Order: sequence, then C-alpha cells, then structure tokens
Amino acid sequence: MAEPILELKDLKVYFYVNGGFLKKKDEVKAVDGISLKIYPGETFGLVGESGCGKSTTGRAIVKINQPTSGQILIDGQDITKIHGEDLKKFRQDVQMIFQDPYASLNPRMTVGEIIREPMDIHGIFDTKEEREKRVRELLDLVGLKQDHIRRYPHEFSGGQRQRIGIARTLALNPKFIVCDEPISALDVSIQAQVINLLEKIQAEMGISYLFIAHDLSMVKHISDRIGVMYLGNLVEVGNSDEVYTDPLHPYTQALLSSVPIPDPKIARERQRIVLEGELPSPINPPSGCVFRTRCPKATEKCAQAKPELKEVNGRLVACFLYEDNKE
Amino acid sequence: MDLKKEELTLTPDLFEKLDDSEKNAEKISYESKTYFQDAWVRFKQNKMALIGLFFVLFMIIACIIIPMVSPYSYDEQNMAIANQGPTMAHLMGTDKFGRDILVRIMCGGRISLSVGFMGAFIALGIGVIYGGIAGYLGGKIDMLMMRFVDMMYSIPDILYIIMIVVVLEPSLTSIMLGITISSWMGMARQVRAQVLTLKEQEFSLAAFVLGASRKRILLKHLIVNSMGPIIVSVTMLVPSVIFNEAFLGFLGIGLNAPQASWGTLANDARRMMMSQPIQIIWPVMAICLTMLALNFIGDGLGVALDPKKK
Repeated sequence: MAEPILELKDLKVYFYVNGGFLKKKDEVKAVDGISLKIYPGETFGLVGESGCGKSTTGRAIVKINQPTSGQILIDGQDITKIHGEDLKKFRQDVQMIFQDPYASLNPRMTVGEIIREPMDIHGIFDTKEEREKRVRELLDLVGLKQDHIRRYPHEFSGGQRQRIGIARTLALNPKFIVCDEPISALDVSIQAQVINLLEKIQAEMGISYLFIAHDLSMVKHISDRIGVMYLGNLVEVGNSDEVYTDPLHPYTQALLSSVPIPDPKIARERQRIVLEGELPSPINPPSGCVFRTRCPKATEKCAQAKPELKEVNGRLVACFLYEDNKE
Repeated sequence: MDLKKEELTLTPDLFEKLDDSEKNAEKISYESKTYFQDAWVRFKQNKMALIGLFFVLFMIIACIIIPMVSPYSYDEQNMAIANQGPTMAHLMGTDKFGRDILVRIMCGGRISLSVGFMGAFIALGIGVIYGGIAGYLGGKIDMLMMRFVDMMYSIPDILYIIMIVVVLEPSLTSIMLGITISSWMGMARQVRAQVLTLKEQEFSLAAFVLGASRKRILLKHLIVNSMGPIIVSVTMLVPSVIFNEAFLGFLGIGLNAPQASWGTLANDARRMMMSQPIQIIWPVMAICLTMLALNFIGDGLGVALDPKKK
C-alpha cells in the first residue's frame, strides 16, 4: 500500500477549563488518543455525535488547536512543532473548509479579494494580473460567474458562499483538505451540489479529504473509509460500505439504527437501538471503555480495561465483544 | 393515475429546450453595494440624523468662513460699543470690551470643534492599537494591559485633566493631551471586546489556516470588521470631548485670553449674567445644539452600520 498522506499517532487534545486563582483546572479530554491513516486520493469520513471530538481532531490537523501529546504526520513529517518555511509549505499542502458559510467569509472583502488572499499571503504569482486570472479560473471551477469577482459575500446564497470558500482553499493547490461539516449548514437541495463539487475536484486534482460530519448517509456516499468517534475515541474504522451495512461496534450499531429509512415498511420492521442516558462529560469520562455507561452489551470487563482498536474481519474495532470471540 | 409500462415510451416531442434564462441561474441581477453604500442608504432614512449631519457641517463651514469675511476680528476692542444687544451691525451683540460676539463664537467654535474631533480621533487611534493588541494576543498580556486600563479608569477624568493642564500651562496642546489621556480607555475596551468575538469567527480562523500573519489577521480581518460600532462610539466621543473642554473653560483653566473657546465664552458671559443675560445664550446654544446634533448622528450611524440593531 502507498504511503499515507496523513497519519495520526495517539493524538490527544485536552482543554483546560474552570481554572481560577489557586484552583486546579479541569481537563477536558476532547480527543483522547486517536490513531489513523489517510492515503492519497482517499476520502476518510469521521462521524460521531456532537461533542465527540471530531471537529477538534480536524482543527488539530490544521494547527488551530495545539495537540497535548501525540504526533500528526503529513507525508511522514511531524507537523506539531514546525516553524518558518516548513510551516509555510504545510499551509499550502493542508487546507480546511469550514462549517458555516455565513461566518467563514470576511464580510468586508469582495469575492475576488477573498479568493486572492491565499495567493497574496504565499506570494504565488508575481503580478496581480496573474492572480486575478487564477481567481477567475477558480470561480469557473466551482461554477460561479466571473463577474461575481467584485461582489461581497452577503450577496450570495449559502451554497454559493460555500463554493467561494472551496475556491479559496483550492487557490493554494492543497494535497489534503479537512472538511469540517461543510454541508450541515446548507439546505438539503444544495448539499448534493456541494458534495458533487467536492467529488469532482477530488477526481480532477487527486486531493485527499478528511470529511467530518454527523449525517451518516452523506458520509457513506462520499467516503472510502469511515471512522466512528465517541467521546474522544475512535471506536470503529473500516470500509464505508462494510461499516454501513454491517456495523460491529455497539455504538456504530446504535448510530446506524437512528438513520431514517425512506421506506415505511422496512422502517416499521426495523429494531431501533435507543441509547439510554446522556453523553458522559469529557471532563470525567467513564473508566475502561468510554461507551460502557450507555452500551446495551456492556460487561464487567468493560469497566476495568480500555479496549484497543483491533482488527476484526479486515476492520478496526475497539470492543471486547470481538476480542473474546477470537480467543 | 395508472401508468402502464408500454405507455412510457419517450419521444422527442416530450422534451423541450430550456430557455437561456436557466443558464444564468447563478446571476445576481441587483446592483452591487459596498458596506458603506448600504449604510448610507439606511442613514438617509433617519431624518433626525440627517438634520444633525447638516447642522454639524453647517457649523464647521460657518466657523471657517465667518471670521474670514467678517469686518470684525475676535480680539479688536472698542469700548464705545461695549455690551450692546443684537443689532444689524453686530448680529449677536457685543461683549464688555465691545468685541463682536458672533465672530468670537465662531472663533471659539474653531477651537472647540477641532479639540473635539482631534481628541476623539487620537483616542480612536490609541484605543484601536491598544485594544486590538490586547484582544488578539489574549492570555496574560491581555490581562496586564486591561488591568492597566482599569487602573486609569479608577481615577476621575477631570482630576488629571486639570493636573496636566496646570502643570503644562493652559494651551491647546495641554488641553488636548489631558482630554485624550482620559478618553482612550473606553475606546480600547470596546475594540478589545470586538476583537475577542471576531477572532473566534470562522473567517479569521480561515485566514489563520491560510497562513496569514498576525498583523494581517488583526488589520485586514479583525479591525476592519469591528469598525462599525467603533465609528459610532467615536461620533459619541466627539461631543463628550467638546463638553469636557467647555467644562474646563468654564472652570477658568482653559485657554488664555483673548483666545476663546465655547467654554471660556460661557464663563465670560456668566460674569455679566445679571446685567446682560443675553450674552450667555449664544455660547450655550452653540454647545447644546452641536452636542445634540452629534448625538443624533451617532444614533443614526448606530442603526445604519448595524442593521440588526433597531
């Protein structure tokens, strides 16, 4: 297999809150030891409920949040502590598409200025005319009109704004893009438009995506592989069709049973797994397996030790249910 | 409706050509407007703000032109015509030295207005730099910088304005210095609050991810976007600076005679209040109307620059 473009090694991102004078701060374990590999040209979908650390993982990769420990390797190079020229090169290779297209574009800049900004920062092309030409190419690529160049973001719809954001990230010709819920703020009718654009760009430019979302059916559609996160931990990683049709981890099973089926007959017959209780606080996560407090199949062993991601049927699952079967 | 399979044969006449308008689905037909053009449209709808703006412009022009074209000068004494009421020759009358009050009010306006605008803009400059840096860097630096502001705030304004003016000799510069030192803190706090909220917005994160330098993010993304509310508070600061200066003048620690500002004019007229009550009306009216007009402009700008605020 080819070398991975991105590799996370036991990545941990903790935040410190509620601290005060002479008072110890609480540790929020937003991401608590994640390891995964993403290969060139691949789309890796990261799913999980709100607050499970999927966005924090994405933000750590683009260095918005500094990891507490662990490594982030891009093309084999650890980027957690890079500076100067290396950092500049990294910024060109790894980019991010943001969730809210209404907040991710500076309202005082024209579309042309927004898309040109990355080129201005990195000094790509010598003259303004060349940059302007590239801006027009990018507008074309994302399906916007060239005369939009002088307009301001507030004149566009959500879907158009998201495409402006995509054009901005593409200006640097990145190799890897973190898509942080790029469609969850859009109308359903517009979601497909943006997804198709992302797929088209991937096919043309061979970019790898880390696609963060909570809409499972959309993630299955765009991803080659899926990772399921729960409370800062990866619980299952595998081929997207396999995970979708035959989930192994109890949490994945529960998550999938919540996806609505557009056929009342099947939907009526289906057994829904409804999780009991609330999501535990990441300040004080349960001992052992983090999912055990809500898991319908939890045993005593789950409270004592934390299950590792182990290979089961060509997939990675972190659950004792499958380790026991093997032994 | 019951459709059988054989009825579903497709023939060319079932299709029709889309007209060209579909090609332009992405077209935006209305005229492009910048933020400030948009704001001007909203500002124009507010009649009081518009009247305020015209009054202030009229006042500025009058202060520049009237002393230039008037046959009288602000310090020319003529005891023969002292303490006259309004006449055709002297529209506002004359003071106890026979000087034309209209010309003196306009000369005083030159000083009062320039102190007001200059003071507010210097405070704006210091406040934007200080508050921007504190808000953007955050953490310990922010804490130290803002505690210093709190400290300055805890001393009454007028106390150190008076001290500075007394120590440095009363002059335009010392008054301006004193007033600026007392008014930049509010501006700094406001800029910091704006920067704090804006720096967590996705567009400034996007600029960070693109590799923009701190300076670029602060200037091009954060400060530009916090300009709206800041312009409003500058407009509100101008009348308060004018008032502070007038207050100093009224206390008698203003400019040296024969130079005058609206405050010192009011102070001079106060001494004549028993015999010539009309003399105090003119400077007080100038101060009140200008402050009222500036406040209306500020209110109008507040609504115009922030459409969500009503």
